[in-house]
This record gives sequence, C-alpha cells and structure tokens, in this order.
Amino acid sequence: MATLNNSLVSPFSEHPQGAGRSARMKLVLVGNGMAGIRTLEELLKAAPELYDITVFGDEPHPNYNRIMLSPVLAGEQTVEQIVLNDRDWYARHGITLHTGKRVVKIDRRKRFVEADDGTRADYDRVLLATGSRPFILPVPGADLEGVIGFRDVADVDKMIDASKRYQHAVVIGGGLLGLEAANGLKARGMDVSVVHIGDWLLERQLDEPAARLLQQSLEAKGLNFLLKKQTAELVRGESGRVRAVRFKDGEEIPADLVVMAVGIRPNTDLAESAGLHCHRGLVVNDTMQTYDPRIYAVGECVSHRGIAYGLVAPLFEQAKVCANHLAEHGVARYQGSMTSTKLKVTGIDLFSAGDFMGGAGTESLVYSDAAAGTYKKLVLKGNKLVGACIYGDTLDGAWYFDLLREGTDISQQRKTILFGQSHIGDSGHGPAERVAALPDSAEICGCNGVCKGTIVAAIRDLKLFTLDEVRAHTKASASCGSCTGLVEAVLAHTVGGNYSAAPSKKPLCKCTDHSHDEIIATIRDQKLKSMRAVFDFMEWKTPDGCPTCRPALNYYLLARWPAEYQDDAQSRYINERAHGNIQKDGSFSVVPRMWGGLTNPRELRAIADVADKYQVPEVKVTGGQRIDLFGVKKTDLPAMWKDLSDAGFVSGHAYGKALRTVKTCVGSQWCRFGTQDSTGLGVKLEQMTWGSWMPHKFKLAVSGCPRNCAEATIKDFGVVCVDSGYELHVGGNGGIKVRVTDLLCRVETEAQVMEYCGAFTQLYREEAHYLERTAPWVERVGLAHIKARVVDDAAGRAELHERFKFSQQFAQIDPWKERAEGAAAHEFNPIRVSA
Amino acid sequence: MNDWIEIAKIDDIPRQGSRVVDLGKADGGEVNRIAVFRTVNDEVFAMKDKCPHRGGPLSEGIVHGGLVTCPLHGFKIDLATGEAVLPDKGCARTYATKVEGGQVFLRLA
Ligand SMILES: Cc1cc2nc3c(=O)[nH]c(=O)nc-3n(C[C@H](O)[C@H](O)[C@H](O)COP(=O)(O)OP(=O)(O)OC[C@H]3O[C@@H](n4cnc5c(N)ncnc54)[C@H](O)[C@@H]3O)c2cc1C
Ligand code: HEM
Ligand code: SF4
Ligand code: FES
Repeated sequence: MATLNNSLVSPFSEHPQGAGRSARMKLVLVGNGMAGIRTLEELLKAAPELYDITVFGDEPHPNYNRIMLSPVLAGEQTVEQIVLNDRDWYARHGITLHTGKRVVKIDRRKRFVEADDGTRADYDRVLLATGSRPFILPVPGADLEGVIGFRDVADVDKMIDASKRYQHAVVIGGGLLGLEAANGLKARGMDVSVVHIGDWLLERQLDEPAARLLQQSLEAKGLNFLLKKQTAELVRGESGRVRAVRFKDGEEIPADLVVMAVGIRPNTDLAESAGLHCHRGLVVNDTMQTYDPRIYAVGECVSHRGIAYGLVAPLFEQAKVCANHLAEHGVARYQGSMTSTKLKVTGIDLFSAGDFMGGAGTESLVYSDAAAGTYKKLVLKGNKLVGACIYGDTLDGAWYFDLLREGTDISQQRKTILFGQSHIGDSGHGPAERVAALPDSAEICGCNGVCKGTIVAAIRDLKLFTLDEVRAHTKASASCGSCTGLVEAVLAHTVGGNYSAAPSKKPLCKCTDHSHDEIIATIRDQKLKSMRAVFDFMEWKTPDGCPTCRPALNYYLLARWPAEYQDDAQSRYINERAHGNIQKDGSFSVVPRMWGGLTNPRELRAIADVADKYQVPEVKVTGGQRIDLFGVKKTDLPAMWKDLSDAGFVSGHAYGKALRTVKTCVGSQWCRFGTQDSTGLGVKLEQMTWGSWMPHKFKLAVSGCPRNCAEATIKDFGVVCVDSGYELHVGGNGGIKVRVTDLLCRVETEAQVMEYCGAFTQLYREEAHYLERTAPWVERVGLAHIKARVVDDAAGRAELHERFKFSQQFAQIDPWKERAEGAAAHEFNPIRVSA
Repeated sequence: MNDWIEIAKIDDIPRQGSRVVDLGKADGGEVNRIAVFRTVNDEVFAMKDKCPHRGGPLSEGIVHGGLVTCPLHGFKIDLATGEAVLPDKGCARTYATKVEGGQVFLRLA
C-alpha cells in the first residue's frame, strides 16, 4: 500500500499565484458545518485571494453551532441565536453557497463534484467535511415514525413537535448526547426515561461514584433511569408510530418518541464512492490530506492516526492545519489532540480528562462529599497527573487539564492539589453557579477592568469559542491571568465550554508553529546567530515577527551567543530600550544599584544632589533595599545617568527582564543571631550577577540565620545562612501568587554558594521560556531535574557556572554610562519643530 | 498649511523604530507630539503619538511589519491608516510623509 506523504504534494504549479482573478484556483467544500467553515475562516485569514470557493451543504441552514442544539432543545436559545455564519458572511467573502443540496459524486478524473439536483462545480482542490451521523441500533422497529437521532436542527424540530403532541419520551444511550437530549425533552414537558446498557451513566467520562452523584441530581430534576438494559425491539402502534420500547428481559415501557443517542458514525459514503481510502473514517495524514493529494478532509468524518474525534476543539485544530496547507504555506502538522468533556445541562457541572479510571501503575487521590454533591478524583502516574474526574465544583478543571497536558511534575503539590488552584494562589475562584449569578456589571478582570457583561456580549456578538479569542477581543485575562478560571466559567456559561484547541504543544506566537523549546534548541543546534537567520531557517510566517516573538528571540539569541549576537534594541520593550521604567504619565524612574543594599554617606549625598538638580518629585526606598527616583523626564535621563555614573553608580536594571536586586539582612557583622556574613555575601553575589539578562526578572536574597529577615524563601534564588554553612533555596515568588522556594541543597563555603548560584542562574537562562519566572519554570521541569543538573552533576555545574561567567563579560557593561556618553541618543531626544 | 516640513534624515530614525517630533504646545496647551516610524522596509509613516485606546505613547511601541504595538495595553495600530487592528477599535490621526534624497518630510495639514 502506498505510504502517506507528509509534505505537501503540489501539482498546481500551472496556477501561478496572484496572476489575476481568472487564474484563481477553485476550492469546493462539501459539508457546510463547523469544521469545514472553520477551515475556510482560517484559510481566508491566511490567503484570502487564493481560491474561488463553493460550499455545498445538505441542510437548509447556513453554518450554525451544532453544540448549542442542546440549549435550543431545552428552550434556552433559539436557532437564530446559534447561527455562526449568516448568508451575508458567505456573500461578503465571495463564496458560492448551495444549501439543501447533497453532493452525491466526486469525479476525480475530470475534477468536478455533483449534487443530487445535478448542480456541478469544478475543482482544483476539495475539502470534505461531511461530519457524522447518529448510529441507529439495528433492532426491529428502528425505522418507525417517531424514532430519531439527535444531530441537526431538523431533529430538534421533530422533538419539539413531538413534545407538543405526546407524553412519553425514551432516550436510548446514557452518554453526553443522550443526557442533553433527555434534559431538553424534560424541559419541554415530556416524561423522559433514559435507557442505558452500561453499569453507570457516562462511563466514558465518569467513574462510578461521580456518575451516581450525577444520576441523583438528574433524578431530582425528574428524569427516569433504566440502567443495564438492552433494547430488543421498538414496538409499532396502531397509527404506525412507535408505541413502546421492549427490552431483552421482556419489560416494556411506553414511548411516543425514541431518541437514539448510542454513538455516531463518520459520514464517509461520498468519500468511499469516490474510491478514497476509509477505515473507521476517511483516512488523512498529518497535513489533513487524504490519499488523493487534491482532496483534504477535516472534522468528524476523518480518521487521523486511527482516531475519529467527536468534539469541536480537536476539529478546530485540524481546521487550522488544513487551512495552512490549503493556503500553500505548507508548514503546519496535526499531531492529534487530548480532549476533555463537559456536560451542558444547566445546574450540573462535571469535568473529566485523560485516564480518569486509573489502573495498574497509577494512584488515585479522591475527595468526596456526597452531601454537598461534590466529588473529585485525580489519577497520578509517578509524579505526573494523568487523569481527572470532577463532579460538582469544576472550576479547577481547566487548571488540572493544563497540568495534564504539560506533564507538570506535581510531586511538590501532592498534599494540596486536590483542593485546586484556588487553594494555591489568590485566583478569585468560586463555583460556576456563582459566575452565572453575577450581575453584568461585576468586574471579572481586575487588571484590565473588564466586567462580565462586556465579556458575555463579546462572546455572543463576535461568536467567540476559545479563551484566546476572548482575551484578544476583550483583554480579559490577557494580563496577569489570575482571572482565567472566571473567564472560562463565563465562556462555559455563555456557549457551553471553552473550546480551546488543545494541541500537545503550544507555538511561541502566531508567527510560527514552533514551540519555545524547539526554537531554543534550533538556535543552539543550527548555530543561528541573528534574528533574520531564525526567521529564515524556521520559516517565520511574518516578515519581521511580532511583539511576542521578537523580544523572546532577542533574549534567546543573546543568552546563547553572548559574544557574537548583536542585541537588537528595536526588539525590546520600551523599558529595556530606554533603561528606565516608564510610569503612567510617561515619565521614568531611576534606580541606581546599591550592592547588597549597602550604601554610605558619599553615595547618599550624590543621590541627594542628583535629586535636587533634576527636581525629582519623589524619592522612595524600594522593597529591594535601594533608592528610587520617580518622575524623571525622558530627556533628562542621559544627563542624570552621567552624574550618577560619575559618582560610581551603575544601573539597577529595575526595569528589565534581568537581575534585579540582592536583598540582605544585617548578618553576623552586627546581629546577635547572625551565623554568617549575609551582607558581605549578598554584595559578592550581586557583583557576580548584575547586568545579566534573564527570561524574566530575577531576585536574590541572603539571610544571616533561619529567622530569615531578608525573606530569602520567596526569591528566585535565596540563601539562608546556618551555623554549618548555607541553605540554598530556589523558585520562590512574592508576586500575585506567592510561592515559597524549594530547598535545593546545603553547602559549606561561600565559594560554593557562588558556584551553585551561577550554575542555577545559567540553567534558568538556558532552559526557561522567555517571560517564565523561576517559580513556574521549576514547577514545569521539576525540582528533580534542577537538582540533577546543579547539585548531583559536579562537572555539569562547573560548566554552567563557567558559561555564566563567560556571558557576564559581555553583560556587565553599564548601559547608563554608555548612554551618558552618547549611545542611542535618538531614543531620548525628540526632533523639535515649531509649527 | 500644505507645506512639507523637513524633519530628519532617514537614518536618524532607527529601522523598526521611531522618533518623536515635538511641535511645542498646541492651542489647548497640550504638547503636540508626532511619532515618525520607519519600518523594516524603510517605509516612513507619521501619526499622532497618542494611542486611540488610552493615549499611550505609540512612539515607544515595537514596530513589526506595517504595524506598531502600543506599549501600554498592546493595541496594534496600522501605520498607514492609523486604524487599530481588529478586534480592537479606534483610530490615531495620521500625517503625510515623504522621503526625498534620504531626507524625511512631514506635512501637518
Ligand atoms: C446535540 C449535540 C451536542 C454537542 N455538544 C458538544 C459539546 O458540548 N462539545 C463538543 O466539543 N462537541 C459537541 N458536539 C459535537 C460537535 O457538534 C461536532 O463535533 C461538530 O459539529 C462536528 O463538526 P463537523 O464539521 O465535522 O460536522 P458537522 O458540523 O456535522 O457538519 C457536517 C455537515 O455536512 C453536511 N453533509 C454531510 N454530507 C454531505 C454531502 N454529501 N453533501 C453536502 N453536505 C453534507 C451535514 O449535513 C452537516 O451539515 C455536539 C453535537 C451534537 C449533535
Ligand atoms: C524569629 C523571628 C525574628 C527575629 C528574632 C528577628 C530578629 C531581628 C533582629 C535582631 C534584627 C535587627 C538587627 C539589627 O539591626 O541589629 C532584625 C532585623 C530585621 N528583620 Fe528580623 N527577626 C525575626 C523575623 C523577621 C521576619 C519574619 C522578617 C520579615 C519577613 C524580618 C525582617 C527584618 C528586617 C527587614 C530587618 C532589618 C531592619 C532594618 O535594618 O531596617 N524579621 N531582625
Ligand atoms: S536573619 Fe538572622 S542574622 Fe539576619 S538580621 Fe534576621 S536575625 Fe539577624
Ligand atoms: S493606551 Fe495604547 S493600548 Fe492602551
């Protein structure tokens, strides 16, 4: 059998791009549903002029949000409200839309498709997105009137109609779809029984205890359950409509409406009739290409690496990859997705992901409070989370899902992880119902001042599906991120879930498909030494990057090639470019370095003189044991730096992703508790590390005894002196989420402290992602990894330390002195024109 | 008012960067500042140095492609039109520029 080719086969060179309208290629989409249209949307963003597009759909509607059929059935939304792309959208993009027409033939030799009414369309490429259809149990009576699936608007119409005229509904299948159908029919006033063959409901999503809680709440809503029941026959009534359901055990229950929700089958009839290889779905490779290079496929009709997905998130991811290839960018690959599920029944919250049943080689952490109706089970394998199953309070679901996907080492959090993220930091979490109950004016995102009403309106009006989209449109959760859980709850409440694609890797930004780690490794292995080289070699999609990737690349290049790489000022944020913190009125603050917090009368006098001379409106002692001069005009900066530089000061880098301060306590010199000279050691550490650029800001502290007055255990690198030597602590943070350090090791001499500090710092500089503080980095890679590199491997430690010292040769050049002497003058002097 | 004002040599503006042109105080007493940008392809654009969102200094943003990203909350502004890139909304006033013989000119009307 032929093997699938992962790279794009481009038999289209006879169609030069941009050679005028008539030369455009023809793309035909079969299946006017969620995955297909999403692909077109992505394609139109990437290459709006490449194709003349024709869409065939056998439903009479434009593309709508199939997921929301459940709320439509339950009477919570209308069909109009769930339309995603109205007819105007197709017209605006010049797309020819054929609704109500079923494509019955693809002629791959002559290259056209034909619909059941004879309509034809020629193609250069075809996109098949025919979705799937409900599986109907092959029992006698399955073809009776009143027996339906739950898939489209027509099915919903039939159910609503039946609810007006009949009383007894039976839903066969106790999965997500079946329960949502049952809930909706109940809301429409029918008596509803759910028949399920398994031992408990949702066995693909829940374990037994959680399912029992769910069943109780649904019974409380008036639903009836028949478990471990096998349907034998649907009994015909006098009118020819279904009258009852009979089981294998002979029992019979009345039924005027039977909804089959026992599974779906990929819709591959058309593909099979065209001779495309299908096996439990239409088989595609990682570029979403079928065995015919002109034919692509996405959505539920597809089988990728043997898996056919039935949820939107992975389909949207497929859409992105497929659009990339249709646009002839040819770089993206789809590598499969991990999925998580939620049930959209108002008032019921459940969440599950991964291997939540557990089994050999796994351990489970369980929290259960039947009276409160909450249940949580986390499945661990080694030091990683591999599955989660939650019923009741699901706000932490997204957090667990992240831990799962990123393979985070959670050994440090074992004791608290069950209580959720809200337990670990101040993240403003609360139960989902509370979010639903919040007034529209309630503020959700404190950083950017976004209230609930704004978010809901944006989600509704702009048809947002994912957290990233909500961030882009509303700025909610776009800054510190601590409101992410709340924003997700609003999203879930409004559209039924956060449909973020869940790729196994995250690209650095929209300019590339590569992750941070891939970029770091490629810069190292391919010896890429300029930003242009990275753009070219790694096939950047934009001409000169964006504000996300440029600062990151500038840092990665600088950290890897300290001697050779030419720092690019235009790829730095303004604070680092101007070497000062821009304040809210556009003025700057100036913080000279004070080694280990030590100073003397001469220095203080010099600072006082500078403050007078430039009329500094405010002077403050900072939390980092040095002095901050606020409210300096940008044009005064170079002269002021010159005066400070003449008095012996260097920049404190208070504005940069760089070494900030080394905080020290009094120490053995003066303090009666002091065990070592903490102040002196702090000065040495600051002299070794100052000037170093880092993935994020980096703070040190040295305390002279375990009373820890310098708060060393919430610093990136903290030293606590003890009688016998020094304890080294890493990965602390005092910010929005306080994190106490992990103990790295104990050492005996100051020289060792210096070496371990240099090695740890360098490991962080080489391996962390740009804008990742040490705290999340340590949690991501695991303390064990850091110990292995810095503590256990003496030779490796020495090398790391050497590399740090080497890069410091180039970093310890005072930026203020350079600028006082005239460097980058354009940054500070406006061009004056009198108009 | 249709006069071109000579403001700088093109190399006085860093590539992928900007300079501020200070026009002194306008009538309202507000300082009138215009940001002049140079893109990676050496195109030059000018607009009021005031972000349509909350007035951030656009001249201090990162210039990428034909856009500048405001340093305060990350609005992306199209250098040619002054329009914020969707999903953000707003528009900064733009001014005509031309480059002749390496010299950059600005027109205020
Ligand atoms: C009631 C319900 C609730 C759901 N809830 C969720 C949820 O909470 N979360 C979640 O992630 N997913 C949910 N799903 C699943 C989700 O809706 C699907 O995964 C998604 O819609 C599949 O997209 P698709 O484009 O592959 O198929 P579809 O959206 O089904 O689109 C395929 C379209 O192609 C048309 N078509 C097929 N063959 C032809 C042909 N030969 N010619 C012309 N047209 C053709 C079909 O009529 C259909 O309109 C739910 C589904 C249903 C039915
Ligand atoms: C067991 C508890 C503690 C004891 C016995 C203790 C003792 C001391 C002593 C004796 C000094 C003064 C040294 C001197 O100036 O001669 C001091 C200074 C200091 N302590 Fe503590 N301390 C304790 C806990 C803390 C804690 C928990 C913090 C902060 C979180 C802290 C912060 C400080 C600071 C900032 C100073 C320096 C004050 C200055 O010089 O301005 N101390 N401590
Ligand atoms: S940490 Fe110990 S040595 Fe340092 S000031 Fe506090 S009590 Fe004194
Ligand atoms: S002021 Fe420019 S983005 Fe807010």
